[in-house]
Amino acid sequence: MSNKVFVYIDQFKGAALPVSWESLSAARSLAENLGGGVTALVIGPQSQGVANEAFQYGADEVLYADDATLADYRPEPYTALISKLVKDAAAEALLFPTTSRGRELAAMSAVDLESGVMPDVTALSVEGGQVIATRPVYAGKLLSRVVCSAKPQIATTRTRAFPAPQPDASRSGTPTKVDAVLAEADISSKVVEYTTSDGGVSLADAAVIVSGGRGVSNNPALTPPAGLDEKQAEVWRAQQGFKLVSDLATVLGGAVGASRAAVDAGYIPYEHQVGQTGKVVSPDLYIACGISGAIQHQAGMRTSKVIVAINKDPEAPIFKMARFGVVGDLYAILPPFTEALRKKLG
Amino acid sequence: MKIVVCVKQVPDSAAKVVVENGTVTWGDAPLVINPWDEYAVETALLQKEALGGEVTAITLGGEGAKEALKHALAMGASDAILISDPTMSESDSQSVARVLAAAIQKLGDVKVAFFGRQAIDGDMGVTAAQTARALGWPMLSLVSVINSLDPAAGTIRVGRATEEGRQVVEAKLPAVVSVGKDIAEPRYPSFMGIRKASRAEIPTWSLAELGISAPSAVVKWPEVMNPPTREVVTELVSGGSPQEIAENLAEKILAEKVL
Ligand SMILES: Cc1cc2nc3c(=O)[nH]c(=O)nc-3n(C[C@H](O)[C@H](O)[C@H](O)COP(=O)(O)OP(=O)(O)OC[C@H]3O[C@@H](n4cnc5c(N)ncnc54)[C@H](O)[C@@H]3O)c2cc1C
Ligand SMILES: Nc1ncnc2c1ncn2[C@@H]1O[C@H](COP(=O)(O)O)[C@@H](O)[C@H]1O
Repeated sequence: MSNKVFVYIDQFKGAALPVSWESLSAARSLAENLGGGVTALVIGPQSQGVANEAFQYGADEVLYADDATLADYRPEPYTALISKLVKDAAAEALLFPTTSRGRELAAMSAVDLESGVMPDVTALSVEGGQVIATRPVYAGKLLSRVVCSAKPQIATTRTRAFPAPQPDASRSGTPTKVDAVLAEADISSKVVEYTTSDGGVSLADAAVIVSGGRGVSNNPALTPPAGLDEKQAEVWRAQQGFKLVSDLATVLGGAVGASRAAVDAGYIPYEHQVGQTGKVVSPDLYIACGISGAIQHQAGMRTSKVIVAINKDPEAPIFKMARFGVVGDLYAILPPFTEALRKKLG
Repeated sequence: MKIVVCVKQVPDSAAKVVVENGTVTWGDAPLVINPWDEYAVETALLQKEALGGEVTAITLGGEGAKEALKHALAMGASDAILISDPTMSESDSQSVARVLAAAIQKLGDVKVAFFGRQAIDGDMGVTAAQTARALGWPMLSLVSVINSLDPAAGTIRVGRATEEGRQVVEAKLPAVVSVGKDIAEPRYPSFMGIRKASRAEIPTWSLAELGISAPSAVVKWPEVMNPPTREVVTELVSGGSPQEIAENLAEKILAEKVL
């Protein structure tokens, strides 16, 4: 008999995104309530290794596909395959991790499967066979309970909202290879080129984030090299400030974030932006340096476990949400702070 | 070339949104065009300016949603259509997508439909992809640059900013494109634009005019609530010198056991 709960394991170049395993653990607890086991789906080149791993993370059955048409992520062939497998099994629930691929595939397979999608949920429960999801709305200012009255009930799980399972080496199985559904001729898009940006810690998964705002450029004592105009001098200053921010992040094994003001001023690329129009993060520790804490910034970090603010202005709103605050100049505080943590963490 | 841009009216991003007596309210905070959709409008206008043709802004919503359309018109959209129907009182992303798809089809010969990344009220971020699927068109999401749009050849080539890097994708037209914030800075409406928009007659289409009945909404929101209040007691860390402050702060953070 087929399993009732399916979960899509998002992977890139043979490595699962950590949130995929969180989704799998969410799928497991749904299965405990709905009955039956969990089937994991892994798609893409080199997906067999991830497929094997999925057993250790709790899957009862694993289906994988590595057809040439699936070599590059493209929503059409991926959706077609997921929809077919889930339909054949008449699954009750289908989970995805909230990655950009996961959200898109959830949205599109919901159309194919004539069901609905509950994106970016932070909690799931089951009452009488019905999945009940909780999801933040209005940038986390409110929470909403959500249900889907059709089957399968489709949801994507927010990063770091569900427990990360430990792999269990005693669990194993043989993944089943499945074929692609669409032939190349039936796919109306192709990937022409792909450049991966070199690693670093992904903001969404990071347990520690150190962020810089407009304040990082504010150090009149620094003398920029000759020949820079005013704007260039400001960006140069900001880069010195972000150096301090990233030194701290490195010592903590964390990622570097930024406010929109810092991004818009050209201090740091958009990928680092935290907030309503950037990334939504929920680390264990969030250290905001030279960030005022505007409501749109809060939208991206308010659920962080421990928030620390370093800001010159005692009235800055960020202090209202911070567990610890230092009213002071980030240029003065960050170097000894990084040094102190380096020593203490050994 | 016919271009569509889908926009939504939402409470301002700075609005204080709360649940009072079971209903969502945002006091006297203004309703605005969804900020992500401004990027979509800007992208559509840049393509129109480069290639000719017209940009039609569409929205599904109540009478008040016309304001979002007026913003698009003021930025430079050629025309706008409100889709409004009393039978659409209950909707979910997919029923919205099906209606938008029907409207795009009714307009006929649309080459690209631009969307924002996400509407900042429901934070769904799925409507573009669902509309693409309902239309059977390719979906290009997270687009940060349009490298080429060639209606004659029937192709579009875009750069996408993904989690892992940058992808260049080519797709056949017609296509659905949702854009990110890094694509172009949205223009401010000009004085002339605002005048034109305020005088514009915006037609309203009913579902009957689209030739569909209200698609059923299967996703429901039985309860919306204020999040549990987080009791944060802020402790200001001080000391005689930056070194001492830094030392004290490090101690306190370590004591939280989050590292
Ligand atoms: C639709 C919309 C979406 C938005 N989305 C986002 C978003 O996703 N993310 C986001 O962050 N913002 C977003 N914003 C912008 C937001 O409203 C704020 O403008 C922005 O967050 C401010 O960034 P900031 O705190 O770095 O700058 P500021 O508000 O200028 O604050 C700088 C802070 O640095 C402090 N400071 C200065 N010098 C020093 C120093 N040497 N040492 C220590 N502290 C110092 C100052 O006291 C001040 O508090 C959005 C706005 C809108 C309208
Ligand atoms: N009611 C609507 N009318 C027109 N466009 C919409 C509507 N709802 C959503 N959209 C479009 O879909 C995008 C994503 O919305 P959402 O999936 O709700 O986050 C928005 O940025 C708009 O471009």
